Amino acid sequence: MPLAKPTVTQIQELAARYPSKQSAIIPALWAVQHEQGYVTDAAMSEIAQHLGLPPSLIEATASFYSMFLTRPEGRHDVVICVNAPCMLRGADEMAAYLERQLGVRDGATTADGAITWHSTIECLGACGGAPMMQVDHRFEENLTPERIDAIIERLRTDPLPGSPHKGEGVEAPTPNKGEDVAQPKKPARPRARKN
Amino acid sequence: MGIKPLLTKDFATENLKQLAVYEKTGGYTGFKKAVEMQPDALVDLVKASGLRGRGGAGFPTGNKWSFLPKGMYPRYLVCNADESEPGCFKDRYLMENSPHQVLEGILIASYAIGCNLAFIYIRGEYLPQTEALEAAIDEARQAGYLGKNVLGKGYDIDVILHRGAGAYICGEETAMLTSLEGYRGEPRLKPPFPAVKGLYGKPTVVNNVETVCNLPHIVLNGADWFKAIGTPTGSGTRLWCMSGHVNRPGNYEMENGTPIRELIEEHGGGVWKNRKLKAFQPGGASMMVLLPEHLDVGLDFDAIAKAGSLAGAGAMVVMDETTCMVDAARRYVKFFEHESCGKCTPCREGTYWMANIFDRFEGGEAKAGDIDLLLDIGYNIDGRSFCPLGDASTWFPRSVIKFFRNEFQEHIAEKGCPFKKSVQEAVA
Repeated sequence: MPLAKPTVTQIQELAARYPSKQSAIIPALWAVQHEQGYVTDAAMSEIAQHLGLPPSLIEATASFYSMFLTRPEGRHDVVICVNAPCMLRGADEMAAYLERQLGVRDGATTADGAITWHSTIECLGACGGAPMMQVDHRFEENLTPERIDAIIERLRTDPLPGSPHKGEGVEAPTPNKGEDVAQPKKPARPRARKN
Repeated sequence: MGIKPLLTKDFATENLKQLAVYEKTGGYTGFKKAVEMQPDALVDLVKASGLRGRGGAGFPTGNKWSFLPKGMYPRYLVCNADESEPGCFKDRYLMENSPHQVLEGILIASYAIGCNLAFIYIRGEYLPQTEALEAAIDEARQAGYLGKNVLGKGYDIDVILHRGAGAYICGEETAMLTSLEGYRGEPRLKPPFPAVKGLYGKPTVVNNVETVCNLPHIVLNGADWFKAIGTPTGSGTRLWCMSGHVNRPGNYEMENGTPIRELIEEHGGGVWKNRKLKAFQPGGASMMVLLPEHLDVGLDFDAIAKAGSLAGAGAMVVMDETTCMVDAARRYVKFFEHESCGKCTPCREGTYWMANIFDRFEGGEAKAGDIDLLLDIGYNIDGRSFCPLGDASTWFPRSVIKFFRNEFQEHIAEKGCPFKKSVQEAVA
């Protein structure tokens, strides 16, 4: 689907804002993901067009950064940290609980399309409130099974995509419904694309 | 010594994020005073204050500024807000509580080095903090602290807030500049250092969030005042991000030189669940483990380095007697494996194999030679990788092997993690 007009305008403004228009690639990718929920090849070509750069350059950059999604996910994203500082305070147990309550494996989306979850080894910067997770990029700290239940309940009943990362303002993307087998979090090698 | 709120002194003030409230606490008076001074005098002042970079390396800030070649313009300032070191959450705390303090620091640094366009490179995961800074930049622009001819002094300055997208390596200064230019965030060879050839090939200074937050206070109170705080080679305070097995984890702003014991036992409330301290790790995921015998070491770059670790970005991860040190090291190694950018072979391949071997230990498949194999791989990464990410991936695991080799041997002998087994037995 072609980019919406406000997104195109935003990309053009970004190109003018930086001393080099190439610097606008990452912010442009954010703008696209904000609008469409994830970044398609077609959208990357469009970015290339508006910035006057080859499409290969856009994808070379996009594929390096783990936060750019290449396929639709659930309305809300939940990321739970399992690095050492969180592990010390029971993150493994919380991740296992989350998995059980959601009923889908690490990296997958719930059958109702509400939640995509994964665990991460990348510290999210809330070790003082461990165990923690990010829900639509907002911090949820000092997790307990009860708190996780309340968060899941809230997300399942919230019909709107978690703003501003899941296609705010447009129809929610079709999630990979009921996917039970997780996409491998990261190809074993080569590591062309992270996460 | 002890708790010394300098950067965080007004954090209890309600709505400190708002410009009007920040101004009431004395906000932007540092910048107003700075623009009355000659830029060179400002550089000298910061040099005299002894301020050292708070991002991890502890390089003297004023010296870094003075490396910019004379007469070469434009110059850029990039504020490093890509805080991603596991165990660290201080920059996040500074940005979300007082975004204007960060901005004021950036304005002072920019004026001092003669830069008209500054950048804040913030990690993509910090969305609420991005929003706080965005709002602060808008407010400051409307109030005339940003833009053309600020405060009527003929000085132009603009700030671009640039959001990363999930790459730890972009906290390394040259990778950050590459990323800011729109490329994959891979580090560059030094020299040339960013001061000579940085962003867009122009002279560039990269300063950490906490570093710039010190500037308004140094400008207002003077170098002697700042030098009187802390230790002779470590002026001022630092924010210590305490996590792990303590009763009260969180951010604590401590005068440099305060014993680690005071931070953990007094302010952190000691080790939780009445357990004994096994080890702690200052600095973040990269840094070497320290033992209870090091508790009286001061919170200071030089003192911690002398004790065999590094103060790094100011983390303090506390581990009690039930901690499996092998598993702790395994998490960090997997982190570095995940975050290795893939540019150089020692780091890309070495972290992969270290992670594999650590998985063997936890999975009960480790063999007798695996401990030495880990050390061998570590030896071949450290000092041989392109940037410090690879080097740092080996420091914690190697220090754990040094002090807790018996735990690795137990993993081999018991074909799995003895700590998990004891937990499972206790539950059953």
